[in-house]
Amino acid sequence: MGVPALPILHETIRNTYFHVPMWIAMFTVFTISVIYSIRYLATGKEEYDLIAVESANTGIFFFVLGLITGMMWAKYTWGEYWSNDPKQNSAAIAFLLYCAYSVLRNSMDEEQKRAKISAIYNIFAFPIMIVLIMVLPRLTDSLHPGNGGNPAFGKLDMDNRMRVVLYPAFIAWSLFAVWVATIRYRIRLIEYKKNEIN
Amino acid sequence: MKKLPVLLLLLLSNVTCFAQDSASPAMADVMRSDGMIYVVIATIVIIFAGLSIYLFSIDRRLRKIEKEK
Repeated sequence: MGVPALPILHETIRNTYFHVPMWIAMFTVFTISVIYSIRYLATGKEEYDLIAVESANTGIFFFVLGLITGMMWAKYTWGEYWSNDPKQNSAAIAFLLYCAYSVLRNSMDEEQKRAKISAIYNIFAFPIMIVLIMVLPRLTDSLHPGNGGNPAFGKLDMDNRMRVVLYPAFIAWSLFAVWVATIRYRIRLIEYKKNEIN
Repeated sequence: MKKLPVLLLLLLSNVTCFAQDSASPAMADVMRSDGMIYVVIATIVIIFAGLSIYLFSIDRRLRKIEKEK
């Protein structure tokens, strides 16, 4: 399918189909994670805690893919893998935020305490992650489209031919991430039940 | 987990280094040829490699549980 011919971007505009859905998939599973963290705190059901953890783990994986594909793209359009761009830096901070989540979780042995503290941490981490990735870079100048005085990709660079591919890709990758998260949850549930018996 | 993508990145940047040996300008290296389509291919390879590693790690975890039964 054809894409708009643009300087600097050239054919790499097709990276939109792969780089952006990684982030959408990540947002989807992180959102599920937060919902189940809240539901865990409300009901105290252990299963909800397990869903929250495995969704967050899947989200971290897509976070890594998003960062690496972004770096690859940046090398050939911005000149460097990492140019300390506000978008890149705040994405890196948000990544550390979620790494801290899994470190925090794995550092505690007592199950209920661990579930509660990590659920509360998750609820705080999620809005901070959204602000870091979606809000703060847009307030300053950035190389990344959609930030600062830099109009969003959608308005000037994309056309409807691309949207036909891009939006289904958003849905597909989101569902894929949810599927991976459910597989991880099912494995975790078996492990959990086994530990309970022993 | 991230070993393979990093290795891949390093290998691919090596490719561009070699291409710059010729007298032509920097725009003429392999990754930038044909409208930089190889950057898109590299991105797809990164995603595929990442997914493969991730799914194999899940598989390994599942196998451990199956053995315990």
